[in-house]
Amino acid sequence: MENKYLKEIILQKSGVNPKKCMVCGKCSGTCPNYDSMEYHPHQFVQMVENGDIEPLLNSKSIYACLSCFACLERCPRQVEPTKLIDAVRQVVEGTRGPHHLDPNQVPSHLDDDMPQQAIVSAFRKYKK
Amino acid sequence: MNYSYFPGCTLKNKATDLEKYARISAEALGFTLEEIPDWQCCGGEYPMGKDEIASKLSSVRALASAKDAGKDLVTLCSACYNVLKQVNNDVQTDETVDFKVNNYLKEDDIEYHGETKVIHYLEILRDVIGWDNVKKAVKNPFTGKKIGAYYGCLLLRPGKVLQLDDPENPQLLEDFIKAIGGTPVIYAQRNECCGAYTMFEDNSIPENRSKKILANAEDMGADFLVTSCPLCRYNLLKNKGESKLDVVYFTELLAEALGLKEAN
Ligand code: SF4
Ligand code: SF4
Repeated sequence: MENKYLKEIILQKSGVNPKKCMVCGKCSGTCPNYDSMEYHPHQFVQMVENGDIEPLLNSKSIYACLSCFACLERCPRQVEPTKLIDAVRQVVEGTRGPHHLDPNQVPSHLDDDMPQQAIVSAFRKYKK
Repeated sequence: MNYSYFPGCTLKNKATDLEKYARISAEALGFTLEEIPDWQCCGGEYPMGKDEIASKLSSVRALASAKDAGKDLVTLCSACYNVLKQVNNDVQTDETVDFKVNNYLKEDDIEYHGETKVIHYLEILRDVIGWDNVKKAVKNPFTGKKIGAYYGCLLLRPGKVLQLDDPENPQLLEDFIKAIGGTPVIYAQRNECCGAYTMFEDNSIPENRSKKILANAEDMGADFLVTSCPLCRYNLLKNKGESKLDVVYFTELLAEALGLKEAN
């Protein structure tokens, strides 16, 4: 897929306008999972804007976002970075498969207390 | 007073206490939760994509069901609250989503344009019953107990959609703690994420997050934490390590304060 369509699709899916970003880094500064990410929230915004999307598609960072909405809440420009990260993830998981989470792996994560909420959320994020 | 009620999948399985104590406390305080028929799981996570329609339909069906009953739709689980309210906002503010969901659901004679009001059980306590009346109904106050409110993410954010409380300086659970006679403990991590579903990706993520939250609450003097989210509770307890803090559903504390717990 050509980069120009990919960028357009990601922008449409997310509804994010990366041009609003002033690269203040507040989203990354507040991200509770910053340390687990190869590319940080503000980098997603900048890289999508620059059409430098391929590295994001291949990065595990799309699965490290907690969807905690902290970056969305605290961005001074209402850029909503998590929606952009999730849109990249949707493109990657939008294939027929295989997906990031193989249902056969699920039982190995379970224990007697794990809430259904954890499982359905993981399916929504790791297997589309 | 009757409300339409969306329990969600976890409250029928691993978090039955969250529901059980909510129901008996509601009756004692003068309102009833009426479970909507044939509800489907909300999916746990709000589908953020503007073109994600199928994964928003279970929420729309629940919202439409409450509309037909003519009642507000109450949730207990933070995740259900978050998903239903954000999807409701999409139907209200995004004409494309409104068109597509109705286009699909007309086969089932469902028409929905955002009429239902989604509320959390805590909002009934605050806005309908009132904290003073909750306080009056308390028989076993948590006097001298230092209780930390753990909001996590899903009750508060996005603040402009949920509008439950100030997302950066919330008061709702602290007011609840005061109403049941306890002393709220404020700590910085109370509205930071527990790690959510990432145990399926890397166990160290919820482990690190949970340890940070528990250590912070313990440093600030909390005896235990209160939450409305089954996944927060699970992550915190699963990764508690050396921490002595228990994590309890707010409805269990409410029932205990109202003197209803022993009987049930
Ligand atoms: S907080 Fe907002 S404006 Fe600042 S870098 Fe992140 S996306 Fe850009
Ligand atoms: S939503 Fe994702 S990227 Fe944004 S602060 Fe939370 S974990 Fe970080």
